[in-house]
Amino acid sequence: MTGEPIAFWILSAVLVGSALAVVLSKNLFHAVLWLALALTGTAGIFLLLEAEFLAAVQLLLYAGGIITIVVFAIVVTERLVGERMSQTSRRLAGGGVVAAALAALLARAVWHQPLTMVRPPLADNLTQTVGEQVLTRFVLPFELLAVLMLAALVGAIYFARPED
Amino acid sequence: MGLQAYLTLAAVVFCIGLFGVVTRRNAIGILLGIELMLNAVNINLVAFARFGGNVAGMVFTVFTICITVAEAALGLAIVILLFRIRRTVMADHLDLLKG
Repeated sequence: MTGEPIAFWILSAVLVGSALAVVLSKNLFHAVLWLALALTGTAGIFLLLEAEFLAAVQLLLYAGGIITIVVFAIVVTERLVGERMSQTSRRLAGGGVVAAALAALLARAVWHQPLTMVRPPLADNLTQTVGEQVLTRFVLPFELLAVLMLAALVGAIYFARPED
Repeated sequence: MGLQAYLTLAAVVFCIGLFGVVTRRNAIGILLGIELMLNAVNINLVAFARFGGNVAGMVFTVFTICITVAEAALGLAIVILLFRIRRTVMADHLDLLKG
């Protein structure tokens, strides 16, 4: 895997750059599109980690689903208010200090741990293993997730129902 | 690249998302920051799963992605509802609980 470091650095630059654009962009619509790029970059990172199934789920659910939902929400609220929503920020210095302090703390913790640098060889097909684990060892969380999805569906319809 | 590189990348993205949550005034902008933070956690989980040789982290990532989608749908439904009642999505104006 000689190309892996190069791909990692390119994807990291894309991910960090688009994440910064999400939080700093003035136009809310642009911020959503930058978020789509950041989520796609994350799918690339998943591919580097040899998690093809997760990369596909990331693209379908996140980059496809969430972006569509957010764009709908922006269009609906902008039509309700009848004007373009600008995206202003406040307390930039305070937020920057908090974020930088947490980043320094996390980086220090990560680099002071004796973590492994080599990845173990792939035992077998990861996608197949994930599927088997979901339906055997993690079957209870899986079923609970189904209940949660149903509750979210009913709740979202209830919230968004037309006014009577 | 070692595990540290992936964890550092995840930490940086998480902190950028935190910055967005703290500084944004628009409720939808705050939700976008939360999405970034959850996304960074997913990178962490997958990296640990791959380097630790334990597939449970990847299963957990599938669960977190599903829960995030539910959270985004409900969060935006709440934003739209707030909009109907208070005519604003600015978090500063939503101060009903202020003493």
